[in-house]
Amino acid sequence: MLDLVLSYLDLITEENIWYVITTLFFVLLITLPLFGAVAYLTLAERKVIGWMQLRHGPLYTGWWGIGQPIADAIKLMFKEPTIPEKSNLIVYILAPVMVLVPAVVAWAVIPFDANWVLADINLGVVYLMAVSSLGVYGILMAGWASNSKYPFLGAVRSGAQMVSYEVSMGLCLLSVILLAGSMNLSEIVLAQQGMWNAVTLFPMFIVFLISILAETNRAPFDLPEAEAELVAGYNVEYGSMPFAMFFLGEYANMILMSAFASIMFLGGWLPPLDIWPLNLIPGIFWFFGKIAAVLFFFLWARATLPRFRYDQLMRLGWKVLLPFTLLWLVGQAFIMKLMQVGWV
Amino acid sequence: MLKHLKQFLLLDMICGFSITFMNMLRPKFTVMYPFESTAISPRFRGEHALRRYPNGEERCIACKLCEAVCPAQAITIEAEPRLDGSRRTTRYDIDMVKCIYCGLCEEACPVDAIVEGPNMEFAAYDRKDLIYNKSRLLENGDKLEPTLAERLKRDGGYR
Repeated sequence: MLDLVLSYLDLITEENIWYVITTLFFVLLITLPLFGAVAYLTLAERKVIGWMQLRHGPLYTGWWGIGQPIADAIKLMFKEPTIPEKSNLIVYILAPVMVLVPAVVAWAVIPFDANWVLADINLGVVYLMAVSSLGVYGILMAGWASNSKYPFLGAVRSGAQMVSYEVSMGLCLLSVILLAGSMNLSEIVLAQQGMWNAVTLFPMFIVFLISILAETNRAPFDLPEAEAELVAGYNVEYGSMPFAMFFLGEYANMILMSAFASIMFLGGWLPPLDIWPLNLIPGIFWFFGKIAAVLFFFLWARATLPRFRYDQLMRLGWKVLLPFTLLWLVGQAFIMKLMQVGWV
Repeated sequence: MLKHLKQFLLLDMICGFSITFMNMLRPKFTVMYPFESTAISPRFRGEHALRRYPNGEERCIACKLCEAVCPAQAITIEAEPRLDGSRRTTRYDIDMVKCIYCGLCEEACPVDAIVEGPNMEFAAYDRKDLIYNKSRLLENGDKLEPTLAERLKRDGGYR
């Protein structure tokens, strides 16, 4: 036993310490801009939806409303966090963390540019699927621990919704994997050189966009927080920073899913065409641009579409998207085998 | 069948999305209120003012018609003859908190002395500041006289 403990001490070498420090540095390099992006995504949402409704959005906090997210954050920090008397304290406190952490942890495998990736693992797609599904637990925990009717109903809805749309989303990803012949995100991006998957697998791209809307509980699938029937859904009993953490998690998830969509379907860091003026721009700008485009779609959908009814949501997920993606996947596999394209 | 095909191809969605996108590029309806304002009608009933004749004499002859007609009883007038024998007010108070801005005082006035001007930005932190006395009302009139005269001229044809 003692030998084992002592053998751990041998791990503390100069090389290992530097490895830990550099990794921590890279982690901060990813997470801090991510939180900044989350804050400004809220501003972008209010601006874009405002414009689409012929309003201006926030204008007076700083120049052009640029200080609005900071003001919102400060306001939330100074509020008092309340804890319902009959709630389960530990789970109640843990739930927002469970929503936020997976949305941040998943960024470990996202390739920002060629070789700009924290963990270049071969099962990147599976890791992303697994980690992004963990967010459901946070929402279910929040609804259950609040020990109150509206949060509970909201959480149950949210759980059912996220699980059912994960199926069609997984099948979309499978068709991409089938085409690329790899689950490594960098290799999937490189397999799209010349032709994006969004073009070759266009219907799958649309299904994927619909699924990520449902997956992140965004309009028109924002049933869990249907304010008309459920007040605010799973986060009714929350206030102050725990409440803010739910929203940090939701928006971080939106950015993550946008990054996921741009890697799987929009060619990640690759320029649209590998020709002279376009390939001068560094890949990371292309990647961020594509993330921004998908995020704009999120906001655009929220400004455009009314909310689905619960049975409509389930019908779309199980009776339309799932059979369609399943048929497409089988058809695609057949064609690839018969035409001997790709790696098959 | 055609209906289902239309649904499946998301044609309605494309239509809706293009509408919102076009709206995003259109000019906005919002009026940036403290910095800009919509047009104010010559009949707008805002802050009161007591007017003077061009020679500087007050118009008000203390007939107390406005006091009598005021449905909110916001106007208090006291009057006595001046040294030159003319009847003038010694006190003309309007309680702007009581006032319902109905414009009846303006209608009742035979000499166009009390009018409601275009100003609506006279909110105060203390209700004492909203009890206007004669000097305050005359001051308002002096400040806004060209505007008030123009408003009366424009609206006169419809009275």
